[in-house]
Amino acid sequence: MKTAPLVIAGVTLRSRLFLGTGKYSSGAVMAESLAASGAELVTMALRRVRTDGSHDDIISQLDTSKYRLLPNTSGVRDAKEAVLAAELAREALGTNWLKLEIHPDPKYLMPDPVETLLATRELVKRGFIVLPYCHADPVLCKQLEEAGAAAVMPLGAPIGSNLGLESRAFLEIIIAQARVPVVIDAGLGVPSHAAAALEMGADAVLVNTAIAAAADPVAMGEAFKLAVEAGRLGFEAGLAARSTKTAPEASATSPLTAFLSGV
Amino acid sequence: MTIHVNDQPREIAVGLSLADLVRDLGLADRKGVAIAIDDEVVPRSTWPTRALAEGERILVIQATQGG
Repeated sequence: MKTAPLVIAGVTLRSRLFLGTGKYSSGAVMAESLAASGAELVTMALRRVRTDGSHDDIISQLDTSKYRLLPNTSGVRDAKEAVLAAELAREALGTNWLKLEIHPDPKYLMPDPVETLLATRELVKRGFIVLPYCHADPVLCKQLEEAGAAAVMPLGAPIGSNLGLESRAFLEIIIAQARVPVVIDAGLGVPSHAAAALEMGADAVLVNTAIAAAADPVAMGEAFKLAVEAGRLGFEAGLAARSTKTAPEASATSPLTAFLSGV
Repeated sequence: MTIHVNDQPREIAVGLSLADLVRDLGLADRKGVAIAIDDEVVPRSTWPTRALAEGERILVIQATQGG
C-alpha cells in the first residue's frame, strides 16, 4: 500500500522512520538493524578524538551510499557552540543537514528553547538544512518554522525514557499549526508509540534507544518500520470519529432523584 | 613549540603542517574527521598547506554513534 512520500527541504525520503545510531552493541548489529528498519535518514554525533591513538570507527560500518546522514550537535551548551559544531559536522560528513540539539543540562537533556531559536536563525543564514530538536511547545515550533527550520522535532517524552507520547496534547497543536514536517523525536519506547504518532498526523518519528537497546535490535527495527507504515496508512485512511457517548451515570441519577422526592 | 590538541598540550616541530599532525594522530585515513583551529573550521583540502603556530588550539572531532 502506497502512502504519500515525505519531503523535507525538497528531498523525498523513502521512510518516515528516522534512526539514531547510538547505544548499539556493535557496528554490525547497527548496520543490520538500520537495514531492517527501512530508514533512510540516520543521525550521528560528533565527538573529540582521543589523542592517545585509539579511535572508534562507527562510520565505516555505515554504507553512506544507502543512507542520508543527519549529524547532531549533541554536547553543545549554547548557540555559539552549536554553530561551530554544525560547521565541523558539515566538513566531517559533507552534508548541510543538521539535527540541532542544544541541551546544556546533562541530567534531563531538556532542549534550551532560546539558544535553539538563535542558532536556527544563524544556521539557516549559513545554508544549513536545520531540523531542531525542541520541547513540545507550539509557540516555539512556530517560531522555529518562521526562522527557517526545514522541520521541527518536538519531543514525545524525555530522551531515552521510552515513555511515549507524554506531550500528546501539545503535539496535536503543533501538528495542526505546522507548515513544515513535524518529526516526533525522543521518548518513543515501543512500536505502538510510533504508530500513534503517525496516526495523529506526525510526518515522521526519530527512534534510537527503543531499537538499539531492545533484546533483538534487528527485529525491533522491523517492528518500528511496520508500525510507522501502519500509523501513516491509518492517518491517510481518515480515522473514524471517536465515541462521544456521555457517561451513563450522569443521565440515570436525575430522574431517580426526582421520583424519590415525590413532588 | 607547543600547541593544544583537544585541550592537551602537545610539543611539535616548527613548520609542522596540519596534515602532518593528522597523520601523527593516526587519523590520515579516517572518514568523518573535521578540524577547527581557534574555533574556525579548516577545510580538509587546505590541511597540507596550513602550518601550525605556537599556542594554537586545535579541535579535532570525528563522527560517531549518536541519536
